[in-house]
Amino acid sequence: MADLSYVRTQMVPQQDPPITETGAIKWARENLFSGVTNSVLTLLALYFLYQVLHEVIPWLFFSTWNANSLAECREIAEGGCWAVIRERWPQLVFGFYPSEYYWRPVLTFVLMLVALAPVLFNGLPRRMVWFSALFPFLAFWLLWGGSLWLPVAVIAGFALAAMSVIYLPALTGTLLATIVAFIAPVLWWLFLAAPVASILQAILPLAIEPIESAKFGGFMLSVTIGITGISLSLPIGILLALGRQSNLIAVKAICVGFIEFIRGVPLITLLFVASTLLNYFLPPGTTFDIILRVMIMVTLFSSAYMAEVIRGGLSALPKGQYEAADALGLDYWKSMRLIIMPQALKITIPSIVSLFIGLFKDTTLVSIIGLLDPIGLSNAIRADQDWNGIVWELYGFIALMFWIFCFSMSRYSMYLERKLQTGHR
Amino acid sequence: MTAMTDQQKAGFRLSQLIYDTRYRSMTIQAVALILFMLGIAWLLSNAAQNLAALGKPLSFGFLFEPSGYDINQQLIEYDSQSSHGRAAIVGLLNTMLVALMGCITATVIGVVIGVLRLSHNWIVARLMTVYIEGFRNVPVLLWIVLFMAVFIESLPQPRDFRGDDATASMVLSDSVAFTNRGFYIPRPEWHSGSMVVVIVFLLSLAGIWFFGRWARKRQDATGEILPTFWIKLAIFVIPSVLAFFVMGQPITLEYPALKGFNFTGGIYMRNSLIALWLALSLYTAAFIAEAVRSGIQSVSHGQTEAAFALGVRPGRTMQLVILPQALRVIIPPLISQYLNLTKNSSLAIAVGYMDVTGTLGGITLNQTGREMESLLLLMACYLTISLSVSAVMNWYNNAIKLKER
Repeated sequence: MADLSYVRTQMVPQQDPPITETGAIKWARENLFSGVTNSVLTLLALYFLYQVLHEVIPWLFFSTWNANSLAECREIAEGGCWAVIRERWPQLVFGFYPSEYYWRPVLTFVLMLVALAPVLFNGLPRRMVWFSALFPFLAFWLLWGGSLWLPVAVIAGFALAAMSVIYLPALTGTLLATIVAFIAPVLWWLFLAAPVASILQAILPLAIEPIESAKFGGFMLSVTIGITGISLSLPIGILLALGRQSNLIAVKAICVGFIEFIRGVPLITLLFVASTLLNYFLPPGTTFDIILRVMIMVTLFSSAYMAEVIRGGLSALPKGQYEAADALGLDYWKSMRLIIMPQALKITIPSIVSLFIGLFKDTTLVSIIGLLDPIGLSNAIRADQDWNGIVWELYGFIALMFWIFCFSMSRYSMYLERKLQTGHR
Repeated sequence: MTAMTDQQKAGFRLSQLIYDTRYRSMTIQAVALILFMLGIAWLLSNAAQNLAALGKPLSFGFLFEPSGYDINQQLIEYDSQSSHGRAAIVGLLNTMLVALMGCITATVIGVVIGVLRLSHNWIVARLMTVYIEGFRNVPVLLWIVLFMAVFIESLPQPRDFRGDDATASMVLSDSVAFTNRGFYIPRPEWHSGSMVVVIVFLLSLAGIWFFGRWARKRQDATGEILPTFWIKLAIFVIPSVLAFFVMGQPITLEYPALKGFNFTGGIYMRNSLIALWLALSLYTAAFIAEAVRSGIQSVSHGQTEAAFALGVRPGRTMQLVILPQALRVIIPPLISQYLNLTKNSSLAIAVGYMDVTGTLGGITLNQTGREMESLLLLMACYLTISLSVSAVMNWYNNAIKLKER
């Protein structure tokens, strides 16, 4: 019997995989056409995309920037009419802020980026935080103008508090020093700060042209209100959350009442309170700035939500963390500051940032009580005879600006989450 | 030794209020409470003083005076002779209407988008991401005014429907008209005998429920699985349709028709209502979609694999294993989105839809000058809604909580 077995003596050269199993085709088969339903969905999506792009691309490309009215625009180009943005750009950004002082908000914005940098990113010199602490006063002075001595006098109050915490304990004991640290600055602000500031102003006049709040508007107003609300609501929210978690029944009741009340009503009613009612609750004859009133209300509103978010983080921590802090002999504030809060804040970062985004979006509500934020301005622009009937260009622009702000905030929160990730993966 | 007993005998000293942790919390609470009370008293006395100076002490008598203004969207009878109180109720009902419509559509859209975002289809998942990021990162007020502006600017006027050379036409076999004043849709008319159809329909709903219970019991007893979905669908449709035809079609539709310069007949939905409804639904849907996505992703893949290993088919795996676990995660944020939608509906004032903010907090406030009373009532309305919904939610959360021992 002949030996029919056959053994190949050299290796078969490696073959290319079938064309349907490589590259784009394989990818498309797996991700777009993996079944009947998927294929139908893909085709529907492609059709939808085609329809949208078919409308949008010519609108974008055959648009014009040079015209003085919508009618002129429509004659020149069949696409979008961006001339409205070109003409109203200063208004949309600065409101009715006097144009010769545009450098002030611009400088404030640049300084804000500088002040934010050490807070947002580490790897920068730690001393920059001092500038961040000073920035609010500087920004106030630059935006509203007036005497430099007023913010200086306010800062002096904080300095007074800091000094009594640092130097007084040696003389009087911790408790008295703490009480003084709270009372002395309040007395200073109430009775001494304004006269001292005016005396200093008389001795050494350092003032820039004051700008009244009615001139504020556009994105400048949104950012001012938004940033103030964001930076003030975090500390107030932390205090409220601690109050709500505390064993002290009276403190807890006050905090719960406040949080549930604020969370139960829409922001717009609080803004109505700011615009019509707040003055009733102050001593007769007191009036203060509408933007300031709005800022107070926005801050209170978002700090109630912030408190709930942080409370979530606090209750998500394992009980062992609290017990470990107690076992180390830390007192309440130390254990909160060193053990509990860093962890609680870390796990709540996504919620905190989405709250910030919500707050920034909610600043548009001020248009309803008559402030000229971008949406309030858009109503005015659309009522203007030249631009009557414009929709997509104007709202599209405003939406895009908000989108850029909010989307970058949410991306930053993802970066922060990754940076602070300490768990095992 | 003696010193120690002496100290114990010394009893309570005033300084213990500050230095002894047992009493310190009492001190802190008392101080906080007193300061809080003082603050409130200060605010209230200021308010009383200011209101007295203005000659309008707190009184809710204005609620019973004739309002003198019209409301363009009303669910209950109302005219300008009705009282301010009735205007507030009309507004409240309008708030409820748009909130209810918004919640339903937002849920439907949100669930679809959230599920599609997890799809393996690359292009569909990307489109849904674009939708979610697009809607979430732009203020809802902008969406509302944008929709309103688009309706006013780009939809045809009612007179465009007139004549032989009409530039616009009604859709769905002349039953629905989209105009820049609002949408006109057919209205059902209830003739004699329609009650029977309604009763049969309600009975069939009860029948579905009883059948579901019976089928479950039967499955528990015998292990047999009935095609419950199809049987329920049959119970849902067949009796009502039969009753409809047996009673001689007692429910008809009244179609809107062009008379003069406007449409008459049918249900007229104002463009402000539609703009508000659409904007709120689409905006909230983006948030609901995220809640749905995170809910589904929170169920670990092992659960699916375990179900498959037991031989459960994909549909029933979804129904019996994944959904019950995902819903536990989805429902709390879903409810809070409903609350947000209800609160955001107060932005109706920007497009002139008369919700409770527009009546009580808008025109009534301006006409009577009763800021304090109007705003207190307005906040009380919203607080009642929010607190009752959160009470229900707390009950639900406790009911579905994993019982750990």
